[in-house]
Amino acid sequence: MIWNEKIECASREYMKAVQSERLIETVKRIYHNIPSYRQKMQAAGLVPDDIKSIDDLSKLPFTVKTDLRDNYPFGMFTVPMSEIVRIHASSGTTGKPTVVGYTRKDLNSWAEVVTRSLCMAGVHREDIVQVAYGYGLFTGGLGLHYGCENLGASVIPISGGNTEKQLQLMQDFGTTVLACTPSYSLYLAEEMEAAGIKKEDLKLRIGIFGAEPWTENMRKEIESKLGIKAIDIYGLSEIIGPGVSCECEHQAGMHVNEDHFIPEIVDPETLQPLPAGEIGELVFTTITKEGIPLIRYRTRDLTRLNYDKCACGRTLVRMEKCKGRSDDMLIIRGVNVFPSQIESVLLEMSETAPHYLLIVERDGNLDTLKLMVEVQEQFFSDEIRQLEALRKKITHKLQSTLGISVDVKLVEPKTIERTAGKAKRVIDNRKM
Amino acid sequence: MIIKQLSVFLENKTGRLNEVTQILGNAGINMSAFSVADTSEFGILRMIVSEPEKALTILREAEFSVRLTDVICLSCPNEPGALARALNILSGESVFIEYLYAYSMDNKSANIVLKPDNIQKCIEVLQAHKMELISASEMYKI
Repeated sequence: MIWNEKIECASREYMKAVQSERLIETVKRIYHNIPSYRQKMQAAGLVPDDIKSIDDLSKLPFTVKTDLRDNYPFGMFTVPMSEIVRIHASSGTTGKPTVVGYTRKDLNSWAEVVTRSLCMAGVHREDIVQVAYGYGLFTGGLGLHYGCENLGASVIPISGGNTEKQLQLMQDFGTTVLACTPSYSLYLAEEMEAAGIKKEDLKLRIGIFGAEPWTENMRKEIESKLGIKAIDIYGLSEIIGPGVSCECEHQAGMHVNEDHFIPEIVDPETLQPLPAGEIGELVFTTITKEGIPLIRYRTRDLTRLNYDKCACGRTLVRMEKCKGRSDDMLIIRGVNVFPSQIESVLLEMSETAPHYLLIVERDGNLDTLKLMVEVQEQFFSDEIRQLEALRKKITHKLQSTLGISVDVKLVEPKTIERTAGKAKRVIDNRKM
Repeated sequence: MIIKQLSVFLENKTGRLNEVTQILGNAGINMSAFSVADTSEFGILRMIVSEPEKALTILREAEFSVRLTDVICLSCPNEPGALARALNILSGESVFIEYLYAYSMDNKSANIVLKPDNIQKCIEVLQAHKMELISASEMYKI
């Protein structure tokens, strides 16, 4: 079923007209409410009237993650707090989180795009959806939740973790749709096997997976182990959360809800727009948001766009699975991790940050983080208990900063290889 | 009375201890006492050497994490109960010992390297009880 056929199957001409009208409004809203972006526009010699249609989009300056941090927490909101009804946050590049606020209308738009996504995936109102994304500051859980309710499906808001209960409810309630990270779905499959639960014992038919990168091979594995269709959903909290784009049953790219979020692909070096079909950095402009609208927000995700009409009948532009990142962000179990966050934790321990190396492994189906820290003299005590205490302190600090556990190992100076004087910070051994 | 002990951070890897001893040997530095404290992942090599400052410099140049730590060395008669008497005195005066190791050169006496939490107090307590402490110059010479 197509939830909003008028817009999802619209002609390019109609879509451009909708986008142009909304873009003009958004630019005005931001120009008059956000001093930092107004300054950027003025520096580029632009006033809102210069933006007459979507064709003028590429004239506008970019927004980056640090703009949100510099305006922490609410400085990028274009409405008074009395209009904000929800706040979410995700990890930022350093200590401070990236904060987003939603008005009532924003929550309705979000529910709309998630509902469309669910319909793309083949979910309908008879379905029982187990939402095993985390509920809380993370947008995954609540984002899926309100979309399901809007569609009229039955939601089980179980949140993440508690695998035994997940499996119990899946059997007892006859869950038909599972929404979680792809790696967690594989973990569930393993636990099912260990508990002697066969896929035939379950009523699962669809999985809505996102919040971390996954491969076509993982898709095949998930589909065969759980006996479901595995659908890729994409989103980021800065733009709205899950539902920015989603695959349809043809699994041939994720349809972008472009009447809400205009996608562009730019060269990450020159920042010049690239023609359709070329791989580059994905940039979004939100055109319906009130809480925190963003113009040309650099996602740092690398992908390409396909404007061909899909076999499902939708004309919404499709984006391919992300090919990687144009920065050093890692996604570990759905959590964004920046090496700079680790550096700031280590800097709290001594005046100069020690050399460190972050090693990411996929152990079975779960990502693990190991941090090697060189014990330079400022760290070195000749008492074992002090070194153990240091190790525990780093472990604890990282856990509370990143929200995931890190195995910390103390190593000798110069253990970590330097290339051209610069230390390599991350080794990602996961096969993506 | 205070002796400069050389401490080196080592990972539990084959050949690391060998490297340290070789560097010191090539520099003509003698080791008179030696101990390794280890955990599952790393160890701390502690030793008394003939020229602590020089050893510190050359190991630092070889990019080891090293430091000098103040310790004292107690000489006990090499007979049953001697160590117990010394430790009894220290615990009676609430001197906490972080770690210790011992070596013996002959049948008459045994030497114990001690790292107390409060080194001045430890020296005072031991001297008040007429315990024999080995001087630094004597120690480096061995």
